[in-house]
Amino acid sequence: MTTIAELPPGFADKVLSAQSTFRSVMDAMARPGSVQRIVPMAGTAGPMMRGTAAIALTLFDHDTPLWLDARMSDSSDVLKWLKFHTGAPVVQDTSIASFALISDGGALPSLERFALGTNEYPDRSTTVIIQVDALDAGPSFELRGPGIDGVATLRASIKPFDLFERLRINEALFPRGIDVVLVADEAVVAIPRTTRIVSKGA
Amino acid sequence: MYVAVKGGERAIENAHRLLANVRRGDQSVPELSLDQISEQLGLAVDRVMSEGSLYDRELAALAIKQARGDLIEAIFLVRAFRATLPRFGASEPVNTGAMRVQRRVSSTFKDIPGGQILGPTFDYTHRLLDPSLAEGFVPEAPAVAEASTAPTPRVTDILGRDGLIETSPQAGDGASVGDLTREPLNFPADRDLRLQNLARGDEGFLLAMGYSTQRGYGRNHPFAGEIRFGEVEVELIAEDVGFAVPLGAIELTECQMVNQFKGSATEAPCFTRGYGLAFGQSERKTMSMALVDRALRARELGEEALAPAQDEEFVLSHSDNVQATGFVEHLKLPHYVDFQSELGLLRKLRREFAESTAVANASNAMKEAAE
Amino acid sequence: MNAPAYNFAYLDEQTKRMIRRAILKAIAIPGYQVPFASREMPMPYGWGTGGVQVTAAILGPQDVLKVIDQGSDDTTNAISIRKFFAKTAGVATTTSTDHATVIQTRHRIPEASLHESQVLVYQVPIPEPLRFLEPRETETRRMHALAEYGLMHVKLYEDIARFGHIATAYAYPVKVNARYVMDPSPTPKFDNPKMDNCPALQLFGAGREKRIYAIPPYTQVVSLDFEDHPFEPYRFNAPCALCGAEDSYLDEIVTDDKGSRMFVCSDTDHCEGRQAAGHRGALSAAPYKDKAQGEANG
Repeated sequence: MTTIAELPPGFADKVLSAQSTFRSVMDAMARPGSVQRIVPMAGTAGPMMRGTAAIALTLFDHDTPLWLDARMSDSSDVLKWLKFHTGAPVVQDTSIASFALISDGGALPSLERFALGTNEYPDRSTTVIIQVDALDAGPSFELRGPGIDGVATLRASIKPFDLFERLRINEALFPRGIDVVLVADEAVVAIPRTTRIVSKGA
Repeated sequence: MYVAVKGGERAIENAHRLLANVRRGDQSVPELSLDQISEQLGLAVDRVMSEGSLYDRELAALAIKQARGDLIEAIFLVRAFRATLPRFGASEPVNTGAMRVQRRVSSTFKDIPGGQILGPTFDYTHRLLDPSLAEGFVPEAPAVAEASTAPTPRVTDILGRDGLIETSPQAGDGASVGDLTREPLNFPADRDLRLQNLARGDEGFLLAMGYSTQRGYGRNHPFAGEIRFGEVEVELIAEDVGFAVPLGAIELTECQMVNQFKGSATEAPCFTRGYGLAFGQSERKTMSMALVDRALRARELGEEALAPAQDEEFVLSHSDNVQATGFVEHLKLPHYVDFQSELGLLRKLRREFAESTAVANASNAMKEAAE
Repeated sequence: MNAPAYNFAYLDEQTKRMIRRAILKAIAIPGYQVPFASREMPMPYGWGTGGVQVTAAILGPQDVLKVIDQGSDDTTNAISIRKFFAKTAGVATTTSTDHATVIQTRHRIPEASLHESQVLVYQVPIPEPLRFLEPRETETRRMHALAEYGLMHVKLYEDIARFGHIATAYAYPVKVNARYVMDPSPTPKFDNPKMDNCPALQLFGAGREKRIYAIPPYTQVVSLDFEDHPFEPYRFNAPCALCGAEDSYLDEIVTDDKGSRMFVCSDTDHCEGRQAAGHRGALSAAPYKDKAQGEANG
C-alpha cells in the first residue's frame, strides 16, 4: 500500500515540463510517424511508462474522463498517482473517455467502443494512448497523410499487431475517428485519424 | 522619400504616459479615492461587479478609476483579472427568500407579507437638477425604525402555493451548473447558461431587448411580481468537512417577472416566469434580464419564436459588451493589407467596366453611323 | 487588495491544458474548428486574443517569437503583443522570419518560405467561412458536418455572374485536405498559395468566437474556384520601390495630396533583408544601414 507521501512525484517544474511535453506531443501529432522525445522530468507508477506519465501530467485534469485498461486499472499505484497528480475521473465507459491508457495492447478493446465524436463535433473523441515495446525497431510501416511530406516510414514493435488494420475504420468514419498516441518509454509517435498506412514491411 | 514607419514602440509608451496624465486631469484638483468611488458612485461599482462577474467593490472602484469612468472599459479590466483567478468550487444556491431586504416592491399585489419597502430609490424623485448637491451637501439623517422580524416570502412563492404560477424550472439532481467562462457556449443553450450570459450581459443591450418585447416584438405580458434588493449569505459545501460553510454576505437585486399564462388540454392554465439577478442594486438590469429570460423561454414553452429577443443565438451572441466593444473597436487597427487587396480588385473591375462600356459605345456609334 | 500574480506566458496551467487539448484535436482534424473555452485576455477581443492564447499555450523558454501585423513587425498591435510575451514569458523576440520558431500573425503570411521547425499562429476574427452566408452557428455546423458547401459555391458564382470574377480579395475560402472549407483569416488571397503543402504547422486562434483550427504541415490547401474561373492570386504591376522585389505583396503609400503613390513590400523583414543584400528599388535611400531590425532583440 502506497501512501500519498510515498507516491512518485509529478513534474518538478509543472509549467515548463508540461510545455516541453506538450510540444513533443504536438509535433508528433503534426508529423505522424515521426518519433518525438519527451524529456523525462517526472516519476511514474506501476506499468505506466515515463512518457505516458508526462503526457498524463500535461493533458489530463478534472475535465478529462479517463479509461484505463485492465493492467493499468489493476495497479492501485497507477490509480492513486493519476488521481493525486491529475484529478482526472476514471470511467468504466469507454465511449465517454477523453483519453484511454493502454498498457497491454494485446487486450485493446475494439476501437469502435471509444468515443468517435459526431459529424458536428468530431473533436469529442477519445485519444488512445498505447504503450508499445519499441518505436525505433521492429516491422516498418509506410504512412501517408496530412503532416507527412510524401511517405513516412515508422519502425515499431507494436501490439496489437494489427493496429494499423484496425485504424482503417478512420477512413470511413472521417471526420469522426480515433487518434492514437504510441509511447515507448520516452519516445512518442502519434497516428491521428487522417493518417493512412500504405504498406507494411518486415 | 518614403521612410518605413518606425518608432511604434515609443509612440505606444508616450501615448500611455499621456493617458495617465489625462486620467489624472488637473492636478490642483484633489484625486479621487477608491472609497469615494465605492461610496458615492455605488451604482457604477455595482454594474461593474455584475457585468465583470466579480464581487469585489474595491477592485471595481479601482477599475472605474483606471478606466476614467468608462464602465465598459472597467468591466473589461475586472473580467481580465477574474480570468486569472483560481477556481475552488461552486457555492450553494443563495436563498433570496431569506434576503435581508433594503428594498422590495411588488406591482401585482397592493400589500404583501413583510410589506412593500421603498428603500433607497430614484423612483418618485422629481428629476430636477439639485444645485445644493454641487458642494458641501450634508443629507438629513435617514428615518429609522426597529427592524421587522416578519418573514418576507417571495411573491412567486405565494402564487406557487396555489399553483397559479408554473413551478420554477429545476435542474436535475446532481446536475452541474454550466459555466460559459469555462466551456464554450453551444446552441441550443440550457437556461443556466442563458441566465449566466444575461447576468454578464450589457445593461443597455438587455434594456433594448426587454423593451422590444414590451412593444410587441415577442410580447409576453409581464407583471413585475417582485423586485427585491438586499443582503444574502453565500455558502460553500466544503468537501473535507461535509457541510456548508458561510463565505460571507453579498448584496443582490432579484427580479421575478410574472408573465402571460400558458395551459393546454392536459394542463391547467398558470402564469409563467422570467428571472433576473445581479450584484448590488441593479434594478434596470434585473428587470430587463427577466423580460429577456422569459422571451428566450419561447421554445421551451412551445411559443413561436419570431422576435429578436426570442432568438437565442442572436441574443446570447451579442449581449456581451466586452466582446462587442473589442470587435467593433478592432476596426481601428490597421487593415491596409486587406484594403489594398480590395482596392486592387475594385480598380480591376472598374477598368473592365470602362472597357466594356467603351466597346458598347463604339459599336453603338458604328451602328448609328451606318444608319 | 487582491494583487494580481501571473503565470509563465500569462495563462494558468488549467487553461493551457484545455487549449493544448483543443490544438491536438485541431491538428488531427485539419480545417475543422474546435470549440474552446476562450478566456478573457488583458487585450480586447478582436485584437488577437485567440492568437495570443494559442501562442501562450505552445510557447516555451527556448522559443524565439516574431509578431507581425499587416506583414510588419513595427505596427502598434504587433509591438504590443510582442511586448506582452517578452514580459510574461521572457522569451527572445525577433523580427527575422527565418530565426523565429513561433510567428504570430495578423493578416499576412511572411514572404520567406517557412520551415519545419516553425509554427505560424494566425489571429482570426471570424473563423466561420460560411458566417456571412448563414449567420446561425447551428446551421453552419450542420453544413460542415455534411460537407455541404453549395452555398459557398453559389456565392462565388454569383460574383462571377455580376463582376466577371470572384469578388473576394481577402479571407478567400480554402478547402483543407479535401474536406473542410476553412477561412484562412483575413489574409489577402495573394497569400493563399503559401498555405498549401507548407512545411510549418499552421494554427489559427479565434478568441471572441472561441474556436481553434489547424493545418498540419504538408497538407493540401486549395483555394475554392471553378474550372472555367480558376483561382488567380493577386498580382502587382510594379516592383517594390525600396527593394525592387517583383513577387512580394505591396502596400500602396500615398505620398502627397496630388495622388502620387508608391508601392513597397508589406513584409518589412523581407524588404529589409533584400535591401541589406544589396537589392535596390526605384526610390531606395542610401545603402541600407539599420541592420538592428533583423536581429534577435530579446
